[in-house]
Amino acid sequence: MLASLVGFLGDFDKAEEAAQEAFAIAAQRWPESGVPANPGAWLVTTARNRAIDRIRRERTLAEKIHLLPAPDAVMEEFDDTVIKDERLELIFTCCHPALALEGQVALTLRALGGLETAEIARAFLVSEETMKRRLSRAKAKIKATGIPFAVPGAHRLPERLDAVLAVIYLIYNEGYRGRVDLGVEAIHLGRVLAALMPDQPEAHGLLALMTIHHARRRARFSGEDLVLLEDQDRSLWDEDQIAEGRAVLDRALALGGRGAYVVQAAIASLQTRERIDWPQVAEMYRRLVELTGSPVVELNRAVAVAQAGDPATALRAVDRLDLDGYLYFHSTRGELLRRLSRDAEARAAYLRALELAASTPERRFLTRRLEDL
Amino acid sequence: MQYALLIYNAPGFYEALSDADIETAYAEYDALADDPRCVGATQLHPAETATSVRVVGGRTLITDGPFADTKEVLGGICLIEAADLDEALELAAGVPAVRLGGVVEVRPVVRR
Repeated sequence: MLASLVGFLGDFDKAEEAAQEAFAIAAQRWPESGVPANPGAWLVTTARNRAIDRIRRERTLAEKIHLLPAPDAVMEEFDDTVIKDERLELIFTCCHPALALEGQVALTLRALGGLETAEIARAFLVSEETMKRRLSRAKAKIKATGIPFAVPGAHRLPERLDAVLAVIYLIYNEGYRGRVDLGVEAIHLGRVLAALMPDQPEAHGLLALMTIHHARRRARFSGEDLVLLEDQDRSLWDEDQIAEGRAVLDRALALGGRGAYVVQAAIASLQTRERIDWPQVAEMYRRLVELTGSPVVELNRAVAVAQAGDPATALRAVDRLDLDGYLYFHSTRGELLRRLSRDAEARAAYLRALELAASTPERRFLTRRLEDL
Repeated sequence: MQYALLIYNAPGFYEALSDADIETAYAEYDALADDPRCVGATQLHPAETATSVRVVGGRTLITDGPFADTKEVLGGICLIEAADLDEALELAAGVPAVRLGGVVEVRPVVRR
């Protein structure tokens, strides 16, 4: 509803105001006169009519005082029954790279996810005032700089779609840390995007990745402690959700998807198999290293190589990395050295990891590893 | 909508260019100035020629050099007419300074 109103009015604030007004009228009328046959269409039409009334009033006022410029909304007649789905346009406006990333995230959750400002503020651990400012700054920039309400043209689409996917994945990862359920919200957004862009493999790839990860969420923590994949209680996994994620991944692969999200989803899928094919996981990480050039991904590849039975090769790969300030670099080294029975070096590596550990569960985990040596 | 493209050059970029590079860049700037969407374009003399003027305590204070102490140097301004920000950004990305290590800042122009 909001998407169609923003598309029609070309203004976030006016659209929100009109939507609120329409809901208020509905709350008054529907209990007496009954719910209309198509409530969605009724709400949008009512909101549009109200907005047009207001624009007309403002215009008359402006003409009277010969000062204010008239707002330029489209006044053409519209069909009351067919509402154009303009959520895709809205997504691309909200995730425009000319907006600050935190503004993109907040606006996407507000306009597309329908979350209240207060809810978004709670999810990101900032005050409602701060979140309100963040949202109005983003909306003001859209208006002042003429950020279009449109799906970008073909030549610009790949990089702009990347920006949209990054925002949704960022929302998902905030949820993964176990605060307000942004994970569910991100999956919902991912589903909307995949439905609106059925030909884009990376949209399906991201949805598959988030869905499969989400299926394991209850097994990832025991109380406050992080549980490693190999130690997770598989009965806590949501098998239906894993199957759903795999089906989405198959669609992405059928579309020829070989991008970073598709590969990550393929890894997540392999890791939920009864017996994990570690050489295949290592191969997938190799592709991901090619795509991203990320040393953290190379670290994960090394872990897969070790799991496939070759900790010595894994250690050589790890030692080539320049990740001294990264906790998991040292804990991985510690684990590999332990498997190679180089206990003294393993201890030193775990101690260095412990120095870098910020959270209590991480510290507890590393202390247990040290005691086991 | 009207946008200003504020063209900032990387320091010393000019010296690093061959004669052929310079010719190409000038041809590209000419093409930009001739684009029907370009309302006006000006190239500025280098930052060494800048003089800054302030009024401090009622007295006019004149100092040598540019006001902003940035690495990049404002080298030119181009006013364009574009349908929306995306069109403006596309024009900005085609400014030679961008591929020569500089930056183009895009700002909407206030309508009066």
